[in-house]
Amino acid sequence: MHIVVCIKQVPDSAQIRVHPVTNTIMRQGVPTIINPYDLFSLEEALRLRDAFGGKVTVLTMGPPMAEDSLRKALGIGADDAVLLTDRFFAGSDTLATSFALATAIQKIMETEPVDMVFAGKQTIDGDTAQVGPGICCRLGMQQLTYVQKVESVDPAKREIVVHRRSEGGVQVLKTSLPCMITMLEGTNQIRYGTMDDMFRAARADVRVWSAAAAGIEDMTRCGLRGSPTVVKKVFAPKARAQKARPVDGEGAEALAAAAIEAIFASQPKLESDLLKQSAGY
Amino acid sequence: MSADNKPASSRAGMKKQLPEKFINYKHVWVFVELERGEVHPVSWELLGEGRKLADKLGVQLAGVVMGPPAATTRAAVEGSYRYGADTVYLMEDPLLTDYRNEPFTKAMTDLVNTYQPEILLLGATTLGRDLAGSVATTLATGLTADCTELAIDDEGSLAATRPTFGGSLLCTIHTLNFRPQMATIRPRVMAMPEAKDGEVSGGLIEVPLNMKEDDVITKILDFIADNTTNKAQLAYADVVVAGGMGLGKPENFKLVKDLAEVLGAEYGGSRPLVQKGWIDSDRQIGQTGKTIRPKLYIAAGISGAIQHRVGVEGADLILAINTDPNAPIMDFAHLAIIGDAMTILPALTEAFRKRLSVNRMAG
Ligand SMILES: Cc1cc2nc3c(=O)[nH]c(=O)nc-3n(C[C@H](O)[C@H](O)[C@H](O)COP(=O)(O)OP(=O)(O)OC[C@H]3O[C@@H](n4cnc5c(N)ncnc54)[C@H](O)[C@@H]3O)c2cc1C
Ligand SMILES: Nc1ncnc2c1ncn2[C@@H]1O[C@H](COP(=O)(O)O)[C@@H](O)[C@H]1O
Repeated sequence: MHIVVCIKQVPDSAQIRVHPVTNTIMRQGVPTIINPYDLFSLEEALRLRDAFGGKVTVLTMGPPMAEDSLRKALGIGADDAVLLTDRFFAGSDTLATSFALATAIQKIMETEPVDMVFAGKQTIDGDTAQVGPGICCRLGMQQLTYVQKVESVDPAKREIVVHRRSEGGVQVLKTSLPCMITMLEGTNQIRYGTMDDMFRAARADVRVWSAAAAGIEDMTRCGLRGSPTVVKKVFAPKARAQKARPVDGEGAEALAAAAIEAIFASQPKLESDLLKQSAGY
Repeated sequence: MSADNKPASSRAGMKKQLPEKFINYKHVWVFVELERGEVHPVSWELLGEGRKLADKLGVQLAGVVMGPPAATTRAAVEGSYRYGADTVYLMEDPLLTDYRNEPFTKAMTDLVNTYQPEILLLGATTLGRDLAGSVATTLATGLTADCTELAIDDEGSLAATRPTFGGSLLCTIHTLNFRPQMATIRPRVMAMPEAKDGEVSGGLIEVPLNMKEDDVITKILDFIADNTTNKAQLAYADVVVAGGMGLGKPENFKLVKDLAEVLGAEYGGSRPLVQKGWIDSDRQIGQTGKTIRPKLYIAAGISGAIQHRVGVEGADLILAINTDPNAPIMDFAHLAIIGDAMTILPALTEAFRKRLSVNRMAG
């Protein structure tokens, strides 16, 4: 079983700065982590590898320093790592990102077939939940998003059964490999790497691929040029013309009473609604 | 910020030059999400919003209904007219009974390629996001996720605004040179439009799916329905009480629940509470949790970061309880109690309890 896990290095905090010219986010100086949602997918991939043998390759597209996140993943137990880095990738939206990552996965497949691709449910910076499905669609794999449980895998028949969260319930789906999975958060707990993993991670060779090395021929499909969406404006939300009106009173009881008066004064229908509703108990 | 009035990058500032092949793309489409016989209300919310976009552009609004040959599918068609669609594109096929990515992606991309809409809106639900990603990739067009505001700019391009990473920013995204312009919008971000009464009708374009079960690799073995009775109905609740880090410790969250109970309200919280395990993740309110539109929202010990704000701005009335009169939440709350949530919450609970029981007896 060969599993590729797409991980993204993301800024750790809510501090951001925006590039004044390109309106893209500047990441310098902000501490980074592996996108937390990706860890649920990484853990599930490691479990499948432990159960069925094979290997886990982690893949990321980002600036050279994104290598840190790959080493972290190796330290947790991944076997192999590929960093896709090239100035042509700067400013990629989801379509361009999934193009680059899918092409790199195809490149990986040239030497080692890939049975599954895992991606995070979404990132905490881009937050679109589209890159996984985009990669999947380009690779022509079966798409399994919001998976909360991998029920069974039959490597011989090349079949997998998963529980997928949908609105109002859980779908139990059976499909064929290769497939792309995004795991729901909270479905497992990322392991600590072993001492061996840590040592190996420090010494391991991370394969570093430029766009050309990944087999991308058409650079117009990468980065800003390959992105159909354009950020036209970045701005702070408008404050409402009026700030919240503080209610007057001395002490909690008086404040509470004043607040209730103010609530029902501005929402006269609310009181009768609440009465109707609470009449039940 | 200067980006407000001048285009910041040359690429962003360039004039839209729509390639020849997209010139004929017209009309606004809304994907009507039908699952297990029921239309997700976000679809009606999007028809309401789509109506405004279509009117601004002077084009038609269409609902896209995909489902099995069944009365419920026809009801979704009628519902689309009721909520403002001029036309419905209908694909009825047993393969469209339960959601699976493959047949739905084929259905949608075929429709788009044949009938060429300029804008396509989908709900940012698990289904909508699963579908939107593969449809946009197949069509090689732009997709803006989780928008909080949609508008048409002077050049007739869709301006899709969404929160962007971190503290305090929103960004407006355009898909200049590709069609359709796709966007997903989360439930409750847009207001529910008025439904038309009486007889409704409109155009109906029925299109076959042209796919066989054998063509679909993924099979549905089972569906385990949620026990919806005790699931959080947060998104659609009339009154919501929520707590944040200002509560200090997990035990204090009970004060939020107590107030919610007296009000017959749903309760929720800010994201750090979910991360710390004080509340379940389906109780999270905000950009990466639920968007709510209650008549009354009471937020205790919540600072009001942008990711929280975008999830609650649709509330009719917001009461903030916070020790800090300068907390960001004061910028969008209507009323505030400046004070300690640990004493204010119990006082509110008591006062509401009295008021409601007195008036109940009186009435
Ligand atoms: C990509 C991304 C997505 C996010 N998505 C969400 C989301 O969906 N929802 C969400 O909520 N957050 C989200 N966040 C987190 C968000 O940025 C804030 O960190 C979070 O909302 C802060 O939670 P809080 O207000 O509870 O805590 P804090 O910011 O710590 O605020 C606590 C507040 O309590 C007040 N306080 C302290 N003591 C008392 C007291 N005794 N009584 C009353 N008030 C008191 C303080 O004055 C302060 O205003 C997201 C962040 C990122 C980066
Ligand atoms: N630059 C990237 N490198 C590797 N994987 C990525 C990258 N961007 C997104 N992904 C993957 O796609 C998932 C969804 O990302 P997003 O669409 O940005 O929410 C992430 O959780 C990652 O698994």
